[in-house]
Amino acid sequence: MKLTVNGIEREVESAPLTPLLFVLRDELEVESPKAGCQQGGCGACTVLVDGEPRRSCLTPVAAVEGAQITTVEGLGSPESLAPLQQAFTHHYAAQCGFCTTGMIMAAQAYLDHGGTEDREAIQSALAGHVCRCTGYVKIVDAVSAVARGDSFDLTVTAESHDTTNVGGTK
Amino acid sequence: MSAAPEVLLPSSADEAVSLFGDGADVTVVGGGTIVLPELTYGRLKPTRALLLHRAGLAGISRNGSTVTVGATTSILDLSRERAPVGPCAANIADLEIRSQGTLAGNICAGEGPDAPRGDLQGPLLALGATVRSAGQGGTTTEPLEEFLPKRRSRLLLDVSFEEPAAGAFAALGRPHTHDYTALAVSAVRAADGSIRLAATGVGWWGTRLPSAEAAAGDPEAAGTAALADVTLHDDALASAWYRERTLPVLVRRALAQLEESA
Repeated sequence: MKLTVNGIEREVESAPLTPLLFVLRDELEVESPKAGCQQGGCGACTVLVDGEPRRSCLTPVAAVEGAQITTVEGLGSPESLAPLQQAFTHHYAAQCGFCTTGMIMAAQAYLDHGGTEDREAIQSALAGHVCRCTGYVKIVDAVSAVARGDSFDLTVTAESHDTTNVGGTK
Repeated sequence: MSAAPEVLLPSSADEAVSLFGDGADVTVVGGGTIVLPELTYGRLKPTRALLLHRAGLAGISRNGSTVTVGATTSILDLSRERAPVGPCAANIADLEIRSQGTLAGNICAGEGPDAPRGDLQGPLLALGATVRSAGQGGTTTEPLEEFLPKRRSRLLLDVSFEEPAAGAFAALGRPHTHDYTALAVSAVRAADGSIRLAATGVGWWGTRLPSAEAAAGDPEAAGTAALADVTLHDDALASAWYRERTLPVLVRRALAQLEESA
């Protein structure tokens, strides 16, 4: 079985029903998708399958044979961060970081599909992603900033714009 | 996962039917959203797994006023349909799950470990949908109501219904996008003017509300009458006490929506 992961074709030997998550992490050593709840409830394992966000823990690898898989490793490099990675850094949108790669992949799909800076639309696109640090406000700030076309100076950090909405997204 | 199951990957509907056979020892995998966690946590050890993603069973087709929805059509695709199907599908889980979960998985899942599932049973019961399925005795078509008790032993192929004159969907809010809906009511005005109502969350699977339908001209009376059609229970989502108080409200809301769309 073959998969293309971040542009590189990989041969896979895992059993056909193995969740894509474990194929990526354990067999291919692509470890940005996190094994959180492993039952579709947290969003931390989200990757793009042919450009669409998918829970890799819920996806049998046989169902994505031949597909293009994109993880956060495929978005940018440490020397050249992708806009969302810059925005998450600039807005302090990563706290412990566990949910961050899933959030970024879902946000990337949202933006790729023409998503706007509208906060409610961003919340709806990220509704299935849980941040146990409850840092939702800054995450929505970061996605909104990229949708707006902001550029980021990573030598300074943004002030929190909105300290009243402490409840964050649902 | 210990002993690896035999994995069946049909590339056509006919091949899927043939591999399913009489369904003995076959675990059907649609989108995987329900089966995969069962495998990961070792609660399910299939002998044979039938993966449907290449079987050509996805898609919504229209022939005159008849709508036919293939088994592996995604919940997301259904969320773009008219009420009651569209709003019900849009109210299921989150974007990623809706993209991956399928019609057949949702209908056939039925009860979960601690709460009802099968959100789409309600809208499709209200629409008077029929199910085409394969298994012992060959391929049959029957009303969804008759299919539901057999859903674990047959391979659902597609679901058909007549486009209604109007449709409505009213549900209790969910605390979080990943929670199942505790109670929902679907209403349909058919092309002949008759009104059909169905609920999910009042039993272990979707239920038509014939007493409420008979009283549909008076939404207040219909709401109260609906209580005669159901056996309420406590589960992890809500108590029978709460459901008894909210079912009449949802019936009234669904009928009011139907009225507005007239």
